[in-house]
Amino acid sequence: MKNDSNSRRKFLNNGLKAGIATVIGGIGLSKMATKLNAKTDGKKVELMTTDGHLVEVDASEIIEEKTTNSKSYTVREGFKNKKFVMVVDLAKCKNALKCVSACNKHHYITGKNAWLKVYKMQESKDTAPYWMPTACQHCDQPACVTVCPVDATFKRRDGIVLIDNNRCIGCRFCMAACPYSTRVFNWSEPDQGDITLNLSMEQETQPSPEHGGLPSIKGTVDKCDFCPHEIKKGKLPHCVAACPNGVFYFGDKYEDTVTNGDETLRFSKLLKDKSGYRLMEGLGTEPSVYYLPPVDRLVDFEKGLKQYDEYQSVKKSE
Amino acid sequence: MENYDNLLNDLAPKKFGKVGVIWTCSLIAIIIVGIIAYIDQLIKGQIVTNMRDYALWGIYISNFVFFVATSFVGSVTVAILRLTKNKWRTPLVRIAEIISLAAIAMAGVTIMIDMARPDRLLNLFIHARLQSPITWDVIIIPTYIVISFLLLYFPLIPDFAILKKHFKDKNPVLSKWYGKLSLNWKGTAVQKALQEKSIRIIALMIIPVGLILQTIDAWLFSTTYRIGWDSTNMGPYFIAGAFVAGIGALVTVVYIVRRAYHLEAYITDFHFDKLGKLLVLACLTYLYFNINEYLLPAYTVTKDESVHLNTLFSGSYSPIFWAVTIIGLIFPILFLLFKKGRKPLPMFIIGLVVVLASWWKRYLIVTPTLLHPFLPIQGVPKSWHHYFPSIHEWLITLATLAMALLIITLLVRFLPIIPIQRTADEQALLNNEKDTKS
Repeated sequence: MKNDSNSRRKFLNNGLKAGIATVIGGIGLSKMATKLNAKTDGKKVELMTTDGHLVEVDASEIIEEKTTNSKSYTVREGFKNKKFVMVVDLAKCKNALKCVSACNKHHYITGKNAWLKVYKMQESKDTAPYWMPTACQHCDQPACVTVCPVDATFKRRDGIVLIDNNRCIGCRFCMAACPYSTRVFNWSEPDQGDITLNLSMEQETQPSPEHGGLPSIKGTVDKCDFCPHEIKKGKLPHCVAACPNGVFYFGDKYEDTVTNGDETLRFSKLLKDKSGYRLMEGLGTEPSVYYLPPVDRLVDFEKGLKQYDEYQSVKKSE
Repeated sequence: MENYDNLLNDLAPKKFGKVGVIWTCSLIAIIIVGIIAYIDQLIKGQIVTNMRDYALWGIYISNFVFFVATSFVGSVTVAILRLTKNKWRTPLVRIAEIISLAAIAMAGVTIMIDMARPDRLLNLFIHARLQSPITWDVIIIPTYIVISFLLLYFPLIPDFAILKKHFKDKNPVLSKWYGKLSLNWKGTAVQKALQEKSIRIIALMIIPVGLILQTIDAWLFSTTYRIGWDSTNMGPYFIAGAFVAGIGALVTVVYIVRRAYHLEAYITDFHFDKLGKLLVLACLTYLYFNINEYLLPAYTVTKDESVHLNTLFSGSYSPIFWAVTIIGLIFPILFLLFKKGRKPLPMFIIGLVVVLASWWKRYLIVTPTLLHPFLPIQGVPKSWHHYFPSIHEWLITLATLAMALLIITLLVRFLPIIPIQRTADEQALLNNEKDTKS
């Protein structure tokens, strides 16, 4: 019965927090109202919008945002004022598998199921086959996060879904809940070999959910982490950087820009021009990964068949 | 008074004969083997199972669902038959309560066996999140264990007092234990009123809690998007299935206890006839929900549904599917509809078949769905496309079943399996009636 009193306490605690939040919210609203009523002093300031237009606004309307200091950054909150998105252009993918091998290498994947896989797809007999790289969709309504009993897998404000493998109890409910089958499990002790050596060499001192697979832990779930460890360094995720065909675009939805390393495009315009879509939109999971349909392809689908292996996604030599 | 002594001699717990000892020892042996296999699983990880990233749940989960379903028998027989004032339940309720307690306790153990990190069990309390169906389970299963225990214990108190007296000279140690458990029961009016009231409250509570338990169990599956699980039918479907599994288990155990303890005078053909009618009602209800579950998707045949249904109807799972449906559900209905089918021996065989079918039915609910996800299974070894339990899984699962049977066996050994006080009261009532009539 210990658990009952515990959850009850938790419930009361949450109720109390909600109450406090309401009061604070009320104070905030009244403050905002006084600001709106404040007289303008006539000073004008020129600003540039994200579209590159110059606009003139009243100086009193500008609220100075404190620059994000490193202290307020937490792993569970993520990057402030960011919303990471990915666009996968299926027209360019020829199953070169460089994305898969880069991902496997940098996340020390030693199991038999890669986090990022290039699927051989064909909707029906008469429609064209195509290659579809798929990893975690970093859903805005993530089914995996909803069902996790211990908050081990979590959704950050910047859109990334991560796993705290020091908390995961290994119930695998998240894997059952995920419709994209992107989660993999460490059924045995992961054979990551000299990973501790790499840890000290790369000076990644503390294992963190922000670098999945570093290290993997027996009896816990792993998956694509959208490479926050690379974003921090100002780099692109490994799959994006490794792709020789520029299939992957990565960027910030709030900035409305995505890049594949070679070209930087307007995110909204790209989706509009090329009829972007998301996988299984009907489920309401709201993925952060968008796909561009495989039209006007430069390379034949068949060329990718050489590298295709239905029963292997992690090569042992890697 | 002579009557009462006979009654006491018939119903007081007795030592096991040779068969009983062999039975208990073999159960213990199976459990020991299972524990060794489990320790091996702890050391090597769940790689020793045949579960993999696609078949991510296996017989641990289906066995868990089976235990939860079987534990429903306590709610049905005790509480529902009590509320509907069915007097014939008296010699059966205690066996039902024992099965219920053993099954729900083992359900709790089984779900922990499936957890890959049992060392982090406390996280379920420290970091509990209320929106997860697993947290609902964490709340409801201990609740059901406590209520099942009290429902077994409260009616036992007067019997413990009787047994304390009965064993005073024969077995002082046992008598002392019974005395402690009887909580100073003297049979005063105040005590009787208090006991009556407590039993009534618990018997009322176990109905909603039992229904919630079965429903949450169903929701573990229907809260996902998976084909074959994502069904609004799941809650009542599981309740009906639990009804079948529970009564089936009850029939089987009642038959064995009756034979072993020679209780033919107390558990008569009349009781089996009544139980048979209850079981056929359960089976018919379950058949109705099965039709809903399989034939409606078979009518609309979306592409995903048809893949799922084909593996069941004509694919790799079809032998089990049809065996479970025809032998485990339709045959029992046909036999039980006739009076001859409700005699003790045919009922025992039907009960056993129903229990076995119930176990395999849960296997069919859990496994096939996982093997056809939305995206095709690619980039994993060929063996990951299929699932059949490994030796470790079988040994551990058999051990959990043996442990449930051992709990039942030990309780049958040390508890009066038919309520002594109640039977005596009822018989006195019957005799009084006869006296006044004559």
